[in-house]
Amino acid sequence: MRYLPHTEEDVSSMLRAVGAKDINDLFSMIPGNCKIENNLKLPEGLTEWELNTLMDSLSKNMAVSPAYKIFMGAGSYNHYIPESVSYLLGRSEFSTAYTPYQPEISQGTLQAIYEYQTLVTRLLGMEVANASMYDGASALAEALLMAIRVTKRKKVAISKLIHPYYRDTVRTYLEPGNYEIVELPRLEDGKTDISGVAGMDDLAAVAIQSPNFFGCIEDLRSTGEVAHKSGALFVLSFTEPMAYGLFKNPGCQGADIVCGEGQSLGIPQSFGGPGLGMFACRMKHVRNMPGRLVGKTTDMDGKPGFVLTLATREQHIRREKAKSNICTNNSLCALASAMYMASLGGTGIRELACLNYDKAEYLKRGLKEAGFYIPFSSPTFNEFVVNFGENFKDTYKKLMEQRIIAGVSLATWYPELSGHYLLCVTETMGREDMDTLIKEVRS
Amino acid sequence: MKEPQGTSGLILNEPLLWEKGKKGRCGFSMPRRDVVPSPLDEGLTGDGPDFPDLSEVDVVRHYTRLSQWNFGVDTGMYPLGSCTMKYNPKINEREASLPGFAGAHPLLPPDLSQGALELMYRLEQYLAEITGMDAVTLQPAAGAHGELTGMLLIHAYHKSRGSHRLKIIVPDTAHGTNPASAALCGFHPVAVKSGEDGIIPAEAITAIMDEDTAGIMITNPNTLGLFEENIREIAEVVHSKGGLVYGDGANMNAVMGIVQMGKIGFDVMHLNLHKTFSTPHGGGGPGSGPVCVKDILEPFLPVPRVIKKGDEYLLSGDFPESIGKLQAFYGNFGVMIKACSYIMSMGSEGLKRASQLAVLNANYIKEHLKDSLYLPYDRACMHECVFSDRLQEAEKITTLDMAKRLMDYGFHPPTIYFPLVVHGAMMIEPTETESKEDIDRFIEALKSIVAEAGKDPDLLRRAPTRPKVRRLDETAAARKPRLTG
Repeated sequence: MRYLPHTEEDVSSMLRAVGAKDINDLFSMIPGNCKIENNLKLPEGLTEWELNTLMDSLSKNMAVSPAYKIFMGAGSYNHYIPESVSYLLGRSEFSTAYTPYQPEISQGTLQAIYEYQTLVTRLLGMEVANASMYDGASALAEALLMAIRVTKRKKVAISKLIHPYYRDTVRTYLEPGNYEIVELPRLEDGKTDISGVAGMDDLAAVAIQSPNFFGCIEDLRSTGEVAHKSGALFVLSFTEPMAYGLFKNPGCQGADIVCGEGQSLGIPQSFGGPGLGMFACRMKHVRNMPGRLVGKTTDMDGKPGFVLTLATREQHIRREKAKSNICTNNSLCALASAMYMASLGGTGIRELACLNYDKAEYLKRGLKEAGFYIPFSSPTFNEFVVNFGENFKDTYKKLMEQRIIAGVSLATWYPELSGHYLLCVTETMGREDMDTLIKEVRS
Repeated sequence: MKEPQGTSGLILNEPLLWEKGKKGRCGFSMPRRDVVPSPLDEGLTGDGPDFPDLSEVDVVRHYTRLSQWNFGVDTGMYPLGSCTMKYNPKINEREASLPGFAGAHPLLPPDLSQGALELMYRLEQYLAEITGMDAVTLQPAAGAHGELTGMLLIHAYHKSRGSHRLKIIVPDTAHGTNPASAALCGFHPVAVKSGEDGIIPAEAITAIMDEDTAGIMITNPNTLGLFEENIREIAEVVHSKGGLVYGDGANMNAVMGIVQMGKIGFDVMHLNLHKTFSTPHGGGGPGSGPVCVKDILEPFLPVPRVIKKGDEYLLSGDFPESIGKLQAFYGNFGVMIKACSYIMSMGSEGLKRASQLAVLNANYIKEHLKDSLYLPYDRACMHECVFSDRLQEAEKITTLDMAKRLMDYGFHPPTIYFPLVVHGAMMIEPTETESKEDIDRFIEALKSIVAEAGKDPDLLRRAPTRPKVRRLDETAAARKPRLTG
């Protein structure tokens, strides 16, 4: 086996050195009744060539762009990833390193994550960002637990327009602690109805998503105000960070914790993972923040350098009193997003975000003109809801055969919205593809 | 001293990203604008983030230089105990980046995502076989996430039986994240001391296991690199009081094809695909922490689950007792592809051989260093061995000093100051992918460092001198945090 460097001669001389008569002798401390007698029932090892053939055939059994025109977003977005980002990410000095516990020989990862933290605070308008969480959903769950710690209260209010899978994840995380979760209903215009918040007591957090699950831009400032009036933290979740290349950031609108999914920023969709949990907050809450942090310091000679810091919040120091149990996070994905943000730059992300917006508006307009109803009047970014009608299922299937995926049906999560579909358009979708979709759904 | 492998090499300075660039540059190939601009309420838009504008060359040089300041498995031996820093096969990267996988949307209908579902289904089956368990979830994103999943499963199990148990037993030789994971589920961790031989005596568990205790979290082999020889008795004690046994599989690399944890009393365990199954650690993730369970816990596994109906693979959420979701989608699929590729490349014999050689390498290091470094538990180890700095106390040389000096010799240091049961611990896990020559060089280096400690201890206190920076002031970093630039 090419990954195992030992020759027979190596093995026998090493066995002699440790005083074992054969390799099984090394396992003699394991009681006999704990060992298995037969070999594991696994397929025989494949050659590189055979593995490629098998993986090629599995991967071809998938529908992906550009062969398919996929108008799906809903938490996973098809954005173009520059070749330079994929190439740099393949540098194995980055990818084959462990968590940077030994800073002197991990300055590459450390400076890159420090830069990532900085870019994230600039994107979201926040004061501090951690080195990453697993994904947007678990980041939201951790944000709510953090708000519970900060406020010492036991109830959270979360918008019904937060991604349904994020709400599911929140329920899983909060269940054993017996915390109460109240769902905030939606308004006719596709935004969250926050009017009920004022009447709720013992509230640790008010959480909304923007752009929300229907793609609508929420009213962040008012949400922050009602949250703060009731003594709760304002938690802002997102699935599409690209929006903040164009829209006002959450930090300047009163958010206390901002968390979400960073997959859009240079990370392949990869059937839903690995993604990137982005997590930022106000500096005054930093000691209650979950996850790793990189800080700047100096070495013995006074030269600048970077280290993991504020570890007293973390599981390996604080054990059961830790702020979170997170250890391994999604560092390489954070690095990818930093490379992506650096490649775009401030000017580029603005332009790209505008293009996403304009393309989605083009499709929205086209569908409207084709006679379809756009039920929510609030502004959207690169996703929006359209009512294709109750009988659209057959058309959807027919389109699938033509390699067009006409969005995500909302009926699964919002039964009252049967016939409604969530469509997404990014910069990767050409005008012709949108024209084809409009033509096909019209017919 | 022979010329060590650690050299300063070509290390160029590189400023912070925002100290580079010029307004108006872009390193991105902007798509053609084929639609007209649409109006937008100016009250909603902001100025856009204050990112530096860089060219593609700026970005490429920046990260290439940064990468050269990093030590990875591809750079050299990385004997970080409990982290299993084995070689990360390159072919696995190819498979994970195949367009059909990397470009797949997670909400594709099942008939358009059969390839991914089949791969997940296969991987679940392989992991069930390797662990001797009945069912698997691939959803947890990392080891600690797997632990949390395991604790949630135990919590849900007791709840379904109308019992509310508050405590969980966590031995001092268990993995570091265990207590925090238990606490997230509202369990109060109850510590139990390992015996003088480094393993848990069954009587210690008998003494504290009661009907208010949900179970035990046990790492086997434990963090001293020792096999918990009383595991069957311990499991019986825990089961007899209605508790469950959780296994931290971080150290599974020692026993693949030798022990199936499901056959020796474990009810639930997690694996780290980024340790045992060769996927790169990425400088701190992404990992993947699948959880394997016995059938009594299967109803509670996270949803959706991959199921097979006839020849078709499906995602099913129809498990009413499920604990729910641990993250938005199905787990770190990209990591699963690499682990599945590894298992398929190794096969049953290859995996067993890997464990055998991992254990051989660790014992070889232990034998060669036990006269130079203090070995608190002098007995056959598994895939890792734990020393301490007791013999260097006279020179006031610490584990940290020796670890830092190793960098000058061209090695990544071992895990230090863990496990907590050994004062000044130095935990060495070579893994099976290190050759005898490299291990000999590592042994030579440590012996030479021990000699230096006697002759010129300051050399160690000043170490490292060869990397880009020297020892960093961590106290100042924590006291006055500078977390953004």
